[in-house]
Amino acid sequence: MDETVAEFIKRTILKIPMTEMMTILKAWDFLPENQLQTVNFRQRKESLVQDLVLLCESKRASLRDAALLDIIYTQFHRHQKVWDVFQMSKEPGEDVDLFDMERFKSSFEKILRRALKNVTVSFRDAEENAVWIRIAWGTQYRKPNQYKPVYVVYYSQTPYAFTSFCHLKSNTPLLSQALTVASNHHKIVKMDLRSRYLDSLKAIVFKQYNQKFETHNSTMPLQETLELDMHMDSRIIHENRIEKERVQRVTQETFGDYPQPRLEFAQYKLETKFKSDFHGGILAERKEPLRCLIKFSSPHLLEALKSLAPAGIADAPLSPLLTCIPNKGMNYFKIRDK
Amino acid sequence: MSVLRPLDKQPGLNTATILLVGTEDALLQQLADSMLKEDCASELRVHLARSLPLPSSVDRPRIDLIVFVVNLHSKYSLRNVEESLHHVDATFFLGKAAFLATGAGRESHCSVHRNTIVKLAHTYRSPLFFCDLEIEGFRATMAQRLVRMLQICAGHVPGVSALNLLSLLRSSETLAPEDL
Repeated sequence: MDETVAEFIKRTILKIPMTEMMTILKAWDFLPENQLQTVNFRQRKESLVQDLVLLCESKRASLRDAALLDIIYTQFHRHQKVWDVFQMSKEPGEDVDLFDMERFKSSFEKILRRALKNVTVSFRDAEENAVWIRIAWGTQYRKPNQYKPVYVVYYSQTPYAFTSFCHLKSNTPLLSQALTVASNHHKIVKMDLRSRYLDSLKAIVFKQYNQKFETHNSTMPLQETLELDMHMDSRIIHENRIEKERVQRVTQETFGDYPQPRLEFAQYKLETKFKSDFHGGILAERKEPLRCLIKFSSPHLLEALKSLAPAGIADAPLSPLLTCIPNKGMNYFKIRDK
Repeated sequence: MSVLRPLDKQPGLNTATILLVGTEDALLQQLADSMLKEDCASELRVHLARSLPLPSSVDRPRIDLIVFVVNLHSKYSLRNVEESLHHVDATFFLGKAAFLATGAGRESHCSVHRNTIVKLAHTYRSPLFFCDLEIEGFRATMAQRLVRMLQICAGHVPGVSALNLLSLLRSSETLAPEDL
């Protein structure tokens, strides 16, 4: 086994937390069950990793197997990457061909290899007709850097693909082209949507976030809040009860009852020329537009926005610029003069 | 009834009512709960309002003390209190009104300057308390003070009136904001 492959496997296994070790190794399915039984999982991590790497050597693990382990690790830790969303489209009137996963994979890899000799491409199928693609980029003279791969998650029945943030921006056009051509699309566009939470991005883009699941004891939430008030101390009286109820109602209408998809920020870029009634002011003659950037950050942005009005920090209804985020599938906005 | 007046209703028997005015319902609720935990000979009632004027449809007892709660982290809450002050009769400010500023502990989050609220309280000649309502211990202490103040304003403490209390509190302020 190549030394670089051994080092790569060692570093990947070292990243895995002990609680997940067994699960991930089983998902990898490279080391058989009986061999895993012989390893002592109670020893210190460094020694455990050494034992596992020796086992991999004895089974002659290849770069391919190592890449697969890396994909599985990333699938378990998808929140460690920041994901962008790409949307592809076909020409209007184009025939809808049946999607062939194997043809897509071979075509994708071929396109990349034709442009760049040094590249490692690996695939892993996932549920919902999705495929996880791992790409390690090299250059004409250097072998691929296995420690800075790019991941693409493509849902074959949809025109959407999610890519992890890539430091080498120069390879993005090639990646986009490979994706578009291999999947029989005509155009690809990067959406103004970015987050760590892949599942939330999926929910927004596939419009799955507003599905409410019926449970046996689902009651109207408004009634619930009123009942809660009854249990409170009767010596406390809310004067603005009607206003509170209105705010709750408006919030519920805007955001719904369901849990919101998870985003970490929303960014608004404003570009406008200065407008003033007074002529001859300092800024009136300015030709350059004024620029302003506002960024909202939160561990869970949409839930935070939802709780603004009920908490009394903002008026209800909130600005449509904030509430349109899941609907429009954007969290980057550019606001210009009309 | 768009203006609150202190003496336009009969007092209830042994009842003392406080009105807390502020935008952040959760904080007001917590303060109300803390106040009601206190041992008190009078029957307490706490009214929570987001802003004034109060809706006229509610039948309420005479209000003995109004506390305007401003969150120093939010200009919105200050503006709300400033607008509500227009709906209070001037005679309330003879000891039956007070200001409470919360959030001063986290300086970096404050968007309302300390001086702004000090000036506001000075304009209305009313006492100003600083208390971080989010912290259990401070809130309990503040609740104790407010309950005591409420009892005096309701006339339940013999020998001390709201106006007495006001002048006692004022003499402990050594500097007016102009001198700062």
